[in-house]
Amino acid sequence: MMKIPYYPGCTLNTVAKGLDTSARESAAALGFEMEELKGWNCCGAAFPLTPDNLIGLTAPAKVLLNAKKEGGGSVMTLCSVCYNVLKRTNRVLRDDKEKRSIVTGFIEEDYDGSIDVIHYLEVLRDRVGFEKIKEAVKRPLKGIRAGAYYGCMLLRPFKEMGIDDHEAPTIMEGLLRALGCEAVDFPDKAECCGAHLAMTRTDIVERLSGNVMRSAAGRGAELIVTSCPLCQYNLEKSQKKTLEETPGYREVPVVYFTQLLGLALGQDEDTLGLGKNLWDIRPLLKSKGV
Amino acid sequence: MARIGVFVCQCGNNIEGTVDTKKVAEEAQKLPGVVYSRNYKFMCSSPGQEMLKEAIKKHRLDGVLVSACSPHMHEKTFRKASDAAGLNPFRCEMANIREQCSWVHHDRTKKTGTVKGNDLTRMAIERLKRNRPLKKINIPVTRRALVIGGGIAGIQAALDIAEGGREVILVEREPSIGGNMARLSETFPTMDCSQCILTPKMVEVELNEKIKLYAYSEVEKVDGYIGNFTVRIRRKAKYVDEDLCTGCGECIEKCPFKAGSEFELGLTSRKVIYTPFPQSVPNIPVIDAPNCPKFQKDKCGACAVVCGPKAIDFKQKDTVVEEKVGAVVVATGYQMMPNERFGEYGYGRFKDVISGMQFERLASSSGPTGGEIRRPSDGKVPETVVFIQCVGSRDEAKGVSYCSKVCCMYTAKHTMLFRHKVKSGQAYVFYMDIRAGGKRYEEFVRKAIEKDGAMYLRGRVSRVYEKDGKVVVCGADTLSNSQVEIEADMVVLATAVVSRKGSDGLARTIGIGSDRHGFYNEYHPKLKPVETVNAGIYLAGACMGPMDIPESVNMGSAAAGKVLGLFSSEEMAREPIVANVNERVCNACWDCVVACPYSAIERFTVKNGQGDVMGMHAKVNEGVCQGCGVCVAACRSKAIDLAGYTDEQVFAAINAF
Ligand SMILES: Cc1cc2nc3c(=O)[nH]c(=O)nc-3n(C[C@H](O)[C@H](O)[C@H](O)COP(=O)(O)OP(=O)(O)OC[C@H]3O[C@@H](n4cnc5c(N)ncnc54)[C@H](O)[C@@H]3O)c2cc1C
Repeated sequence: MMKIPYYPGCTLNTVAKGLDTSARESAAALGFEMEELKGWNCCGAAFPLTPDNLIGLTAPAKVLLNAKKEGGGSVMTLCSVCYNVLKRTNRVLRDDKEKRSIVTGFIEEDYDGSIDVIHYLEVLRDRVGFEKIKEAVKRPLKGIRAGAYYGCMLLRPFKEMGIDDHEAPTIMEGLLRALGCEAVDFPDKAECCGAHLAMTRTDIVERLSGNVMRSAAGRGAELIVTSCPLCQYNLEKSQKKTLEETPGYREVPVVYFTQLLGLALGQDEDTLGLGKNLWDIRPLLKSKGV
Repeated sequence: MARIGVFVCQCGNNIEGTVDTKKVAEEAQKLPGVVYSRNYKFMCSSPGQEMLKEAIKKHRLDGVLVSACSPHMHEKTFRKASDAAGLNPFRCEMANIREQCSWVHHDRTKKTGTVKGNDLTRMAIERLKRNRPLKKINIPVTRRALVIGGGIAGIQAALDIAEGGREVILVEREPSIGGNMARLSETFPTMDCSQCILTPKMVEVELNEKIKLYAYSEVEKVDGYIGNFTVRIRRKAKYVDEDLCTGCGECIEKCPFKAGSEFELGLTSRKVIYTPFPQSVPNIPVIDAPNCPKFQKDKCGACAVVCGPKAIDFKQKDTVVEEKVGAVVVATGYQMMPNERFGEYGYGRFKDVISGMQFERLASSSGPTGGEIRRPSDGKVPETVVFIQCVGSRDEAKGVSYCSKVCCMYTAKHTMLFRHKVKSGQAYVFYMDIRAGGKRYEEFVRKAIEKDGAMYLRGRVSRVYEKDGKVVVCGADTLSNSQVEIEADMVVLATAVVSRKGSDGLARTIGIGSDRHGFYNEYHPKLKPVETVNAGIYLAGACMGPMDIPESVNMGSAAAGKVLGLFSSEEMAREPIVANVNERVCNACWDCVVACPYSAIERFTVKNGQGDVMGMHAKVNEGVCQGCGVCVAACRSKAIDLAGYTDEQVFAAINAF
C-alpha cells in the first residue's frame, strides 16, 4: 500500500477530528496509508505577512525538517491553513538562501526546502484519480446538491500554491461529481470567510461568511464542503445571524469534503463525526434516500 | 617611412578642459613617422576639415590621425575628408580622447588627462601605421522584395515598393490578406469604417502587376544575405485550382457542412469550403480538409459537382517554390492573449463575456449580427455593457509587463459605437489609466465620456459572475473609494496584444532577434526603428510591439523606403570591415562557424580539377559579415583576422602603451 507522510496539525487533533478520521479511513479504502509524522509541532497557523518576520517561519521550518528526517520526499496536509503555511515556508527555504540561513540557524539544523508539500485533494486528483474514486463509491450521493467552498488559503497566492486556478477552481467539484453529487457552482466560492477575525470582529465574519452562504444557498446548494477547519467554523456559526437577518434563508450544513468522501465510500456516520456538526446533514441524506 | 599627420581637437573646452592638446600634439610630433602635428579648436568644423585636407596634400601625408571624440561621432566625417583629399579613407583613424579621457577625468591641472591623451594618441599612431588601405566591397543586389504578412503594415510596404517600380512577393499565411484590420468595425480616432479604407488597398495589391501574392502560404527558409536572399515558400494546398477558379462562390453556397469561423472568432460558423470574409483577396476559396467529409470519409464532394470551371481538385498537394529577393520586410502582426487565463472574468465560461475583438465583429456591418449589438447568449440587445481594460496588460503576475497601447483607444471607441447603436445603452469602463497620447486621441476619449456618456471607473475588477441572465461585475472605484457591483448584460475584455504564436520560430528562420515577449527587435529603438541586426531585413507593424493602424502604416512605408533605397542601384557598397580566413592556416575545426552570430561563415570544400576533395576551410561571406570579430577570438589556430582590426594592429597599439 502506498504510504504518504502526513502532518495533521493541531486543529485536526482537537476540534476538527472528523476531518482527520474520515480522511484516514477513506485513504485506506482508496489504497493508500496516511503515515502520521512521529514528531510534529504547530505550523504557526499564519504565514507571516511581513517579509522580514522570519521568526514566524521557524515553527513550520521545524515541521518540514522533521518530515525530511523521517525520510519521506513529501508531506501531506488536510487543513488549508497548514497547507498554506508549510508550502509557502518550504518555498522560501528552497529559493532564498539568505532567509534559509537565518531561519535554519535559529532551529539549529539546516533544511533546504527539498521535500514537497502536498494536499490530500491533490493525492485524490493526481495519484488516485477521480475515476477510480467513482468506482470505489458504495453509497452514491445521488441528488444531493453540494457546493464546494475553497476560501483563500488553499488557493492563494496562486503562484506559490498552484493547486488549481485560484479564480475559478474546480478540483473539489470534480470530487463531488465522482461521489455522485450534483456540484453547484456559486460565485463566492473562493471569497474570504473572515478567517481569524472570528476572534475579534465577529461582525465582519458574519457579513463575509453570510455573503458566501447566501450566494451558495441562492444557487440551490443544500450542503457545503470545505477543507479548512476555520472556514467550516465560520460558515457554520455565522448562519445563526444570517437566519435572523435574511427572510426565507434556511440553514445549510457545512462539512469537510472528507466526510462526504467517507460517507460515499460506505463508512459509518459516527467515525465520520457527522454528529459533531452544528447543522446535521443526516436529515438531508434521508430526504434524498441516500 | 610613414608620413603621418596628427590633429588634436580641443572640442571647445570639452577636451581642452582636462587635456593639454598642444602638449599632446607636440609629443606626437616626436614620434617616428609623424611629419605633421597640431591642435585645433573644432576639428569637425568646416575649417577643421579643410585644414586636414590641405595638410594631406601639402605634406603628402599617407595617414591621418584625429585625436578627438568617439569614432561613432565623426569617423565618417574625417574619412570622407581624407577621401576627398586623395587619401584612402581607411588610412584615417581616430583616437578617442573625449568620452574615454577628458570626460572621465576631472583633474583641472590637466595632468592626468594629458598623460592619457598622449598614451591614446601614441597607441593609435602605431595602429594607423599598419592600417592597410581598404576598398569598399561591392555586392550585387537582386531588386525584388519579399514581404511576409499581408496585414495593413505588409500591404502598405508592398504597395509602396511596387509604386517605386520594384517587384514584390507578398506571402500571407491565411487564405486572404487584410490581417486584423479586416476584422475591425470602425477605427479610432476618425471613426471611418475599417473595411472601407482597407479593401481598396487589398484590391490594389491584387491588381498591381508588380506584386505577386502568395496567399495561404508560409515562408519556410531564408538563405543568403542583403541583396541576395533565397527564400523557400510553402504554398498550402487549397484544393482549388487558382487558375481555373472564377470566384463565383457557388461551391460555398452549396457546401452542406459548417465549422467555426476563425475570422469571426467563433461568434458564428462558416462553410467547410470558404473564404474568410466576403471581400477576401484573393477571392479564391480553400477547403478546410480536417472538417470536410470528402477528406475524412470520402463522402459528399458537392463543391466539385457544382463548380462550373471544374476548379475543385481534391488531390492537390502542397507545393514549394523558391524565389530570389534582395530584401525582406517582416510584417506578421499580432494576436490577442488567450482570455481563458483570467478565471475571475469568466471568459469561456460565460457566453456574454467576450473579447474586444469579438466586439469589433458585433459592431461590424459585415459581422455575424449585421452590425447590431446583440449578446451571444440569447441575441438580446444589451442595455448595460461593462468594458474591462488592461486584461493581461501591465500585469506582470498573470499577463505581460507592457502596456498594449491600443486598448484605451479602442475601448473608448467601443463605448461610442455601443451608444450610437443602442441609444438607451449605458457603458461602464474599468480602467487603470487612460493612455491617449496621439493626434486627436485625448479629444476622442473625452468625447466618449462627455458626449456619449460612458462611465469611467478607475479601478480593477475582482470578479464576474452570472446571475439571473445578467453578468455581475464586482470591482473597485478608487476615486470614490468604494466597491461597486454592476449588473451588466454583457462584458467586454480589452485583452493584451501579444506576439503571434510561433513568432520566435519565424525569427530563427529569418535570422532576426526577438524580445522576451516574442516581438521582433529593431536594430535601434530610436534611430533604426525598421532595420534589424540582419542587414536587408526590415520590420513593419505590430510584429515588433503593440501599435495602431497609423503607426503600422508609417512603419510599412518606412520599411518600403529603406528597401527602395537599397534597390536604387544594382550594386551596393559596404564597409570592408570584414573577417578574412587564412586558408593555409585554417584547420577546419569550425569553431568560428558555431560562434558567428550572423551565420556568415561557411564550411568550404576545396576540390581539384578532377573534382577530388583536397581539403576544407572556413570561408567568410563578405555580404553577411558584420565585422564583430567573434570568430577572430574563437579561432584557435589564429587563421582569422578582421580587416581594419588585425592582430598586428592591435598588438602594435598595445606595445606602444
Ligand atoms: C480590438 C482591437 C481594436 C482595434 N481598433 C483599432 C482602431 O480603431 N484604430 C487603429 O488604428 N488600430 C486599431 N487596432 C490596432 C490594429 O488592429 C493594428 O494596428 C493593425 O491591425 C496592425 O497591423 P499589422 O499588419 O501589423 O498586423 P496584423 O493585422 O496582425 O497582420 C499580420 C498579417 O500577417 C499574417 N501572418 C502572420 N504570420 C505569418 C507568417 N508566418 N507568414 C505569413 N503571414 C503571416 C497574418 O495572417 C496577418 O494577415 C485595434 C486592435 C484591436 C485588438
